[in-house]
Amino acid sequence: MTAPPDDCLARNDWICGDYLTTRRQILLDAVGQHVRLTVVSVALGLVIALPLALLARRLRWTAGPVLGATTVLYTIPSLAMFSLLLPVYGLSATLVVVGLALYSLTLLVRNILAGLDGVPAEAKEAARGMGYGPLRQLLTVELPLAVPAAMAGLRIATVSAVALTTVGAIVGYGGLGNLIYAGMNSFFKAQVLTASVLCVLLAVAFDVLLLGAERLLTPWRRPARSARPARGRRPLSASGRRG
Amino acid sequence: MSTLAAVWAWLTTAAHWSGENGVWHRLAEHAALTFACLALSALIALPVALTLGHLGRGGALAVNLANVGRAVPTFAVLVLLLLTPIGRHGPWPTVIALVLFAVPPLLTNAYVGMREVDPDVVRAARGMGMTGAQLVWRVEAPLALPLVLTGVRIAAVQLVATATLAALVGGGGLGRIITAGFNLASTPQVVAGAVVVAVFALLMEGLFELVQRLGPAQARGRDR
Repeated sequence: MTAPPDDCLARNDWICGDYLTTRRQILLDAVGQHVRLTVVSVALGLVIALPLALLARRLRWTAGPVLGATTVLYTIPSLAMFSLLLPVYGLSATLVVVGLALYSLTLLVRNILAGLDGVPAEAKEAARGMGYGPLRQLLTVELPLAVPAAMAGLRIATVSAVALTTVGAIVGYGGLGNLIYAGMNSFFKAQVLTASVLCVLLAVAFDVLLLGAERLLTPWRRPARSARPARGRRPLSASGRRG
Repeated sequence: MSTLAAVWAWLTTAAHWSGENGVWHRLAEHAALTFACLALSALIALPVALTLGHLGRGGALAVNLANVGRAVPTFAVLVLLLLTPIGRHGPWPTVIALVLFAVPPLLTNAYVGMREVDPDVVRAARGMGMTGAQLVWRVEAPLALPLVLTGVRIAAVQLVATATLAALVGGGGLGRIITAGFNLASTPQVVAGAVVVAVFALLMEGLFELVQRLGPAQARGRDR
């Protein structure tokens, strides 16, 4: 006689070690797709947001329309956003990437603009006095000083993108969202919980990495408070260990 | 071009607007869900925020809640709730998920609003002999109103988006038009549903923007 298997998969437990070992490749593939979708979309958002922010700063009258348009995009629910792009991109990864990039625009444009506006007039005057042209001043003085504000926006945009990528499951490109969607249809509890937890961990990992990158990009902000050096160092070593 | 025409044709077909699966019924479901959960979330979040803000306690929790809320995928929470025993009780998974995602912006904004009240004003009110409760209702809460309303607006937009996703786990609302469109492989229906959802979300945003502008004079504070 054959007894029914009594492992956590058969019992449909929420937490199941066997799930992790037997579906290792599926999970890794899903995480890989999730990371690719997130990184490409935020990078695309950044590439579009930077010129928009520079335009809004150069021609002040464009600031209102640019910020208004990106806010409208941000208000549209994710499912509707992906659906609106369906006729253009079909059931593809590009659809998810473009949708997520459009979402990140609001946060990125707003924060880059705030960062550029926050550059002290003295720093700009000093650069001009040293004979810097407009381009050199922008690249070597203004943009570096705008990094902290821009990074704040980038971190929020990236964390949001990790969470929103799951909705891409509706077109079959949702990374871990695909596993959640499939797990819902088959009432596979371990799969849904594992994918959800991995999703949150992924968001935290991106946040920590970007925080580390920010510290690396703004070395002048680190020794400022020598009274408590440990505070500035910790995220750096954390990202260093990640290798 | 032909897609646009097909979407227009879908939207102008009277049959798509009436009945159980019609736009009007789904719109009513969506609006009811949004407003009921907004009221429920405000009932939970605002007393906590006003109390913590008044006492100046739990700041790290109140401020970080919004960040945590962003990192947790709405879709994952909806599915997780559906698979728990709560999932067998009709709309409850949707309602709980909606409230969970509407509470953080309400709580964080109201808390920050309470903490940003000028300490000199609070000291003056205390000097006049106001009790704690009087201080909250007559001084701190009115001065925090602009940020409280900002929180309400963010929560409302969030609720519309979450209610749309609820369709993926079998909930009602306008998202059902989109998911049904996907199941029928009907691009015009998917896009038409998305247009209705987007318009509804923008109207909600506009409505709460209007509430903020028409509100009492001191509510027209800085927007965040």
